[in-house]
Amino acid sequence: MTEIWHGLTKAIELLISLDPEVMEITGRSLRISGTSCLLASLICLPLGSLIHSHHFRGKRALINIIQTLFSVPTVVVGLFVFVLFSRAGPLGELGIFFTPTVMVIGQMILITPLLLGLTISALSGVSKEIVDTATSLGASGFQTVWLVLREARYAVLAAVIMGFGRAISEVGCALMVGGNIKGATRIITTAISLESSKGELELAMALGIILLFLALIINIALNRLQQR
Amino acid sequence: MKSFSPTLVEVVDLSHSYGEREVLQGLNLSIDRGEVFALIGPTGAGKTTLLRIIDLLEVPGAGEIYFDGKCIPRSGKQRLEIRRRMSFIHQKPQVFNLSVYDNVACGLRWRGEGKDKTAEKVDHILEMVGLEGYKNRNARTLSGGEVQRVALARALVLEPEVLLLDEPTANLDPVSTAKIEQLISYVARQHNTTMIMATHDMSQGQKLADRIGVLLDGRLVQTGNATDIFRSPQNEEVAHFVGMENIIEGVIIANNEGIATVNIGGNALQAVSNYPVGKEVYACIRPEDITLSLSSTQSSARNSFQAKVTRVTTLGPLSRVEINCGFRLIALVTKISAEELNLQVDREVYATFKATGVHIMEKGISQ
Repeated sequence: MTEIWHGLTKAIELLISLDPEVMEITGRSLRISGTSCLLASLICLPLGSLIHSHHFRGKRALINIIQTLFSVPTVVVGLFVFVLFSRAGPLGELGIFFTPTVMVIGQMILITPLLLGLTISALSGVSKEIVDTATSLGASGFQTVWLVLREARYAVLAAVIMGFGRAISEVGCALMVGGNIKGATRIITTAISLESSKGELELAMALGIILLFLALIINIALNRLQQR
Repeated sequence: MKSFSPTLVEVVDLSHSYGEREVLQGLNLSIDRGEVFALIGPTGAGKTTLLRIIDLLEVPGAGEIYFDGKCIPRSGKQRLEIRRRMSFIHQKPQVFNLSVYDNVACGLRWRGEGKDKTAEKVDHILEMVGLEGYKNRNARTLSGGEVQRVALARALVLEPEVLLLDEPTANLDPVSTAKIEQLISYVARQHNTTMIMATHDMSQGQKLADRIGVLLDGRLVQTGNATDIFRSPQNEEVAHFVGMENIIEGVIIANNEGIATVNIGGNALQAVSNYPVGKEVYACIRPEDITLSLSSTQSSARNSFQAKVTRVTTLGPLSRVEINCGFRLIALVTKISAEELNLQVDREVYATFKATGVHIMEKGISQ
């Protein structure tokens, strides 16, 4: 019990004092996950619209596969990226292994199925009558897709937030391909993992609380946006 | 846009089915520029499907659509170009989850209209439909009547050559209905907009349309002006649908220069008709054309029958009186005269109607 209490006080202490190392790690976490979420959204929103608005053979099966990949283990994605980008791998020449760049790539791969699947189901929530109305009013195919995306904007936004949440909270992939290098690829989750194994439970807990705090801020911002 | 042909929209041999169900069968229809055409028919007759096909939302199973003389291809960019010359107000209109202003501006923006011009047009049309104070409201928060007006504004702001309306006043209260009807006829007159309107409300068709088409079971059974349709339905189905409550079987037993005598189970009824003696027919009489009185008054009406009241039902300001005069007749009288005549079951009355009030149609031509 005392450990939890100490963890809490330490967390508050670190937050109030704006401890430089904690701030640096937190900032890096936000940057890497923010970038991966943004890039994944840029791919998934148009791709999701495309899949949603077209009828083709195997569409149902494709969506099933996408939904199955929601629960792909982070270490499996880590392994996949490891094989691709490590020195000996086919893309090893790029020399981006153990850098934030490869961590962004790993997180993008991790959250793409989630973003894609949730985008498709968000768009399915827009009624066929809305699509017909837009078509009748003279919208082209592209204009209709854009309108449907706007109609589903809150659900789509929720999908993006879910993707961000999964990215910022994962540890397996970041550890495997980032290497938890101090000052370079150390992020909140990998730091927690390291500090715990070192027995520094207070610092680990403080970082955990910061992570939850970030999630809370994002959720409040989202709710505000949805109520507008 | 000058064109020599008055026809703007033409439908040729149109058939369509959803799975096994044939919704439209061999339909031919042409609509002139500036004409207001009402499609009337019961729910499920295929009115909505026909409008959707004309709006190029659906590709018909068979047949062709011509717009302004050009045959419309079954796919491709040309469909969008033609569709942009029309507007379609769907039954139960859906508004976008945007402000009222953005809802109305959508169509103009999609056509690449400039910002200032769009604002000017949208403001003008919102004022016309009486929603000028609602510009920034989210359209999802509006009432049913207001949503209908947004839908109307959204369609009219595009200044379409053809306006398609699917049950424009279904589910609206009488005041909202009157408002919408007023707007529709104003636009038809001011802008000479061609309109095709589906309705199950016959009086609406009568009020607003130049020409009416009766759609029953996917077939266009009869087209003509309101008088043609309501006074002279072509067959039993149409007669039923347009509220001919009295449809009586009989045989023509004499015809004297256009005044036919019809034998109805031993009773002779006189009607204006050219059918020859021996023809099996239906005699149709609109219930409001029958006068009830207590004594056999002298009048110019050729038909007068002694009858017994069998049933009286009140319909708002009217009374629907069923009588038996050897055959069953239904008459509509005002509630006041029903009270004055003390109409109740078993009361003896005289039913009187003119020979011109009887429409004779051939038996067995309903397909």
